[in-house]
Amino acid sequence: MSKVEKFLIKRGNNQYEVVIGLEVHAQVNSKSKLFSSSSTKFGAEPNTQVSLVDAAFPGMLPVINEFCIKQAIKTGIGLKAKINKRSIFDRKNYFYADLPQGYQISQYKYPIVGEGTVILDMPYGQKKVGIERLHLEQDAGKSIHDMDPKNTLVDLNRSGVALMEIVSKPDLTSPEEVNVYIKKVRSIMRYLGTCDGNMQEGSLRADVNVSVKRIGESKLGTRCEIKNVNSIKFMQMAITSEANRQVDLIEEGKQIDQETRLFDTKKNETRSMRSKEDAHDYRYFPDPDLLPLEITDDFIQKIKTEIPELPDEKKSRFIEKFNLSSYEANILVSDLDTSKYFETVIENSDVKLSSNWITGELFALLNEKNLEISQSPISSKNLSKLINLIKDGTISGKIAKTVFEIMADGDKNPVDIIEEKGLKQQSDPKELEKFIEKVINENQDKVKEYKSGKEKLFGFFVGQVMQASRGKANPQLVNEILKKKLK
Amino acid sequence: MSNITNQTLSEIINNIKSKKLSSQEVTKAFIERSEKSKKLNVYVTENFTSAINQAKKFDEKPNYELKLPGIPIAVKDLFCTNGVKTTAGSKILNNFIPNYESTVTQNIWDQGGILLGKLNCDEFAMGSSNETSFFGNVQNPIGENLVPGGSSGGSSSAVAANLTPVTIGTDTGGSIRQPASFTGTVGLKPTYGSCSRYGIVAFASSLDQAGPMSKNVKDAAILLEVISSFDQKDSTSIDFKRNKYSEELTTKIKGKKIGIPKEYRVEGMSEEIENLWKKGIEHAKECGAEVIDISLPYTNYALPTYYIVAPAEASSNLARYDGVKYGFRSPGKNLIDMYEKTRSEGFGEEVKRRIMIGTYVLSSGYYDAYYLKAQKVRQLIKKDFDDAYKKVDAILTPSTPSSAFKIGEKKDDPVSMYLNDIFTVPVNLAGLPAISIPAGLDKQGYPLGLQIIGKPFDEQNILNIAYSMEEKINFKNKILDWWI
Repeated sequence: MSKVEKFLIKRGNNQYEVVIGLEVHAQVNSKSKLFSSSSTKFGAEPNTQVSLVDAAFPGMLPVINEFCIKQAIKTGIGLKAKINKRSIFDRKNYFYADLPQGYQISQYKYPIVGEGTVILDMPYGQKKVGIERLHLEQDAGKSIHDMDPKNTLVDLNRSGVALMEIVSKPDLTSPEEVNVYIKKVRSIMRYLGTCDGNMQEGSLRADVNVSVKRIGESKLGTRCEIKNVNSIKFMQMAITSEANRQVDLIEEGKQIDQETRLFDTKKNETRSMRSKEDAHDYRYFPDPDLLPLEITDDFIQKIKTEIPELPDEKKSRFIEKFNLSSYEANILVSDLDTSKYFETVIENSDVKLSSNWITGELFALLNEKNLEISQSPISSKNLSKLINLIKDGTISGKIAKTVFEIMADGDKNPVDIIEEKGLKQQSDPKELEKFIEKVINENQDKVKEYKSGKEKLFGFFVGQVMQASRGKANPQLVNEILKKKLK
Repeated sequence: MSNITNQTLSEIINNIKSKKLSSQEVTKAFIERSEKSKKLNVYVTENFTSAINQAKKFDEKPNYELKLPGIPIAVKDLFCTNGVKTTAGSKILNNFIPNYESTVTQNIWDQGGILLGKLNCDEFAMGSSNETSFFGNVQNPIGENLVPGGSSGGSSSAVAANLTPVTIGTDTGGSIRQPASFTGTVGLKPTYGSCSRYGIVAFASSLDQAGPMSKNVKDAAILLEVISSFDQKDSTSIDFKRNKYSEELTTKIKGKKIGIPKEYRVEGMSEEIENLWKKGIEHAKECGAEVIDISLPYTNYALPTYYIVAPAEASSNLARYDGVKYGFRSPGKNLIDMYEKTRSEGFGEEVKRRIMIGTYVLSSGYYDAYYLKAQKVRQLIKKDFDDAYKKVDAILTPSTPSSAFKIGEKKDDPVSMYLNDIFTVPVNLAGLPAISIPAGLDKQGYPLGLQIIGKPFDEQNILNIAYSMEEKINFKNKILDWWI
């Protein structure tokens, strides 16, 4: 990594590095909850997806959902991590109205997944980020404080939904790396189908640990944990704001207290939630209602056979097989749906053109309309047709853009559009000569200038011909014929 | 026909099957006697009207194939019963009516049992005298102002006083065996994982087990056969082959090796208990068993270990009683205030004491010294038994260090109260099956029990030994109906 790219905070002559670790809470993609059969569907009427277990009725017992275990192991494999054949569910004890049991079932000392690695593609090269662990735990319900003037209302639909907490090592050094990291982890989970990664619906949230240290110093500074940040943008803002706060404290000769903080998105600042002294004593202990989780090699092997090609492998394949640049390949694999779209288009179309059109025009269109590629108004089938029409010279690249715009309104077949609007490229030399002669006749003075050596005017003639043909003329042929005529 | 309520379960079953008695007659007989026995305070909730209706239904369409054909049974109020108030002996659940059924009680209803009512117990099963119940103490039918033991005190009293043919209790540290011993009845705690914990109000999850309480060993075998089942709703339930305990019951125990652990000869143990044990050993020999001296070296640590593990789990298990979702709530200025008031007013002193002990031993900085250490000792206690079972088939000990004591006698001395469990807790810590059978009376005429501890899943063996010794002991309970 070159020094220029380093994210540093400067105060006079002092420079500070930022050290960041993330605890990502990813909701497991599963139909039912971690320890009960209630549905996990988002957006249902409050308290309609609550079993007796979720509401912690007397005598109710948790029973592990095997599918959630598979999902956690899959994710572990995707994170190139060690799968622990024995893990233990613990109780994390604390009181809150949306925590019906009075404890959260989590994994403390013995998580289901151990150390792993995530590779980030940064402009300055690849960066490895260590994964410390992944463990399974229950989500809490939701407290709603603003619906009733006097009471807090509780919705237990989310209570007991399975979460994977993915803890990174403190290997991240800038808000941009955090951005790429989150997107990469999300991408891996989407490829695996283990988490939909939907941040708006809260399927993916993170606690961010931030500390700062003087550049080059090996000892880590005191860290603060920023709780429950639910968008990448806010994470980046929170990190920048928190790192600057810590640097200011150091510069003022003050001490940084290890504490839990909240990010105020409106004020763009973090504020203290509780200090280390007030930290909860969660009194973790193994949940006596659940036996230790024992996983066999066979079970893991079977899951391994279900693992699809993951972003890193897909990227290598794209580079090798299609001769794409690392940059292009990265963009195409970063999202599973994009890669699927791309692979469908190139089944029948030129790879290079497909890559350009997807990452260029299509992305611009999706961006403008704020759509995911899965919601693309242009199907991969029709985009493939459009690319083939360019490739075989039926239309020019320029006309193709016009056709693309029309396609964006209702996914029409480009062949029909060209037919309807008469946009087919004019490649008949006789027809082209007519346009060219007309232009030459009308611009005799320019012809003289050209012939006397002002060769730059060639472009002018091409432009005039294209205009006369309303863009339909085959530019290559126009070039050839013009050159002959102007000799 | 002799008085219905004096009959054993197996006699009543036979009489119903041979149509000498109807379910209604039996049900009414127990209800009538129960109505006359309010002084004992065994019922928290009576289910009499419904019971009679169900008995009527049974008689209209009797199914004699069932194991408990039309038999009315009252159960400890720790089992959740669909539509019938379930309090766990606590104010905090005073108004709680479950809309679900515990697996163990469901097994009973599935075999033709009829719910007679919910029996008093120590609050959340925490106690050895039934004095911690929010619904008041229970009287022992053996004598006025005598405790019936605990925590299944309502259950032991109800069986001894002939208010239910049999009953079920729960045993976390002795809560079936100690009250059985105090009332001259039989109580069996099955191997951990035999009976489902689903729907039983939890005290200490790694120790809790439901089990039968009855007038004799055979009845205990019949009931165990009904309630013991593998249940996927309880992750600690074990799928092992269960015997037909009552059918396989036999007095042929010749050659069985019975261990006598020297560590159970505790300091200050009365001569009466010592003699009872000696007599028991003689009976065992008479039955053809071989008696062998054994050692369980970690026995001394069982009680302190238990009083760390059980409160630790309880402190967490009882966190759900917070006034938010169900049960008693005392309004507060804010959430924390509501929690504090609800739990301060809703829980009794003993429960609060144990929650505090449990919270303390799990706290950071104390966890290693208490909870973790206790878990290690627990393994050693288990190993003691494993080692002993290489040499013997079962172990014989007294059930309790004393007979029933007076109400109020130990109420303000928790440590002396806890000492009641000294012979019973090691069994729970090791997850083993054990049965207490009445073996004699002390000078005051109060019953004393002997405990037979078995190997895991070896309920049949301890039932057989108990069955055989029961014959030799020929115990007669002295119940003079002082309360009627």
